[in-house]
Amino acid sequence: MTGVLAELARTFALLSLVSIGGVNALLPEIHRQVVDIHGWMSDAAFATAFAIANASPGPNVIFVSLIGWQVAGLSGLLVATFALLIPSSVLAYFAGRVLTRWSHHPAVGVLRDALIPVALGMMLASGVSMMRTVDRDVVTVLISLATTVFVYTTRRNPLWALGSGAIANVAALHFS
Amino acid sequence: MQHDPSATPRRNISKAELFFGFLKIGLLGFGGVAPWARHIIVEERRWLSDREFAEILGIGQVLPGPNTINAAVIIGDRNQGIVGVLLCLLGQMAMPLVIVTLLAVVYDRVAAIPEVGAALIGAAAASAGLVLGTALKMIRNIRPTPLSYAIGAAGFAAIGLLRWPLVPVVLVLVPTAIAATWWERRK
Repeated sequence: MTGVLAELARTFALLSLVSIGGVNALLPEIHRQVVDIHGWMSDAAFATAFAIANASPGPNVIFVSLIGWQVAGLSGLLVATFALLIPSSVLAYFAGRVLTRWSHHPAVGVLRDALIPVALGMMLASGVSMMRTVDRDVVTVLISLATTVFVYTTRRNPLWALGSGAIANVAALHFS
Repeated sequence: MQHDPSATPRRNISKAELFFGFLKIGLLGFGGVAPWARHIIVEERRWLSDREFAEILGIGQVLPGPNTINAAVIIGDRNQGIVGVLLCLLGQMAMPLVIVTLLAVVYDRVAAIPEVGAALIGAAAASAGLVLGTALKMIRNIRPTPLSYAIGAAGFAAIGLLRWPLVPVVLVLVPTAIAATWWERRK
């Protein structure tokens, strides 16, 4: 048991430091480690875990938490989560400190301004990728577009849009 | 670039506010946490302006680790030091961890119900719109320079339309963005 936990910790701590773009960018490598190398899960169980993690709220790190849970229960969940989060968070902590400390240096100002369009471009791209993955018919495309307009034009809680989207798609199931 | 005039950022957010703010972000964060983080941090609680939020998200994006986790680390540290970091991380992870394990337990029983599948897909389709609408809103409020537009558009096209892998795109885009911003400021 402790052997599995140590292996989980080692595997995900190493992945943590190369996880630019978060867990989704690492998906092929996580699959290779978890299914092919360690044989912790079958292909089908891996796909199911991914679907469950996507249906849950929260950062997609929880996919790795869920792998830990399936492999070794609660201790596996905690070990996998901490292993993935601690190395990158320590790096973010020191990077944030350096940037705050030198915030008045012109180079830091340039860096921060330069990263704004990068962040916005990535966010738009992830919205389009999500639409491509999820939207399979006219109803889902309309739900996505209507939510885009709702969020852009109002300051209301987006939960209204998510709830309406869920209800609309269930209704479409019954009237089609 | 200008500050969003509607936002009045506040300083020194208390430990309890940080924890419960991020608890809510984690709980609501369906289909991507960044739009919910912006909704709560910029619109609901006014901890940061749109521009400040985009700066921190940008830093979080290019560092390893999930962007909203990195943003939580930076926001926690700026307000309450290391304790703030731990509270923001715990807050953001607590509810999702509970929910994902509960879902894993009931999954086999509910996955076969067609209505459940349709509701999840409908909510996921709305989540895609939430991400898009949030990004467009941030662009509207931040009012980037033409050069920033070009950089953001290039990144969007490479990842969102051409589906190039993220790491090489970031490795090219970030130095280009830095050089372009530096050149723009020098003028």
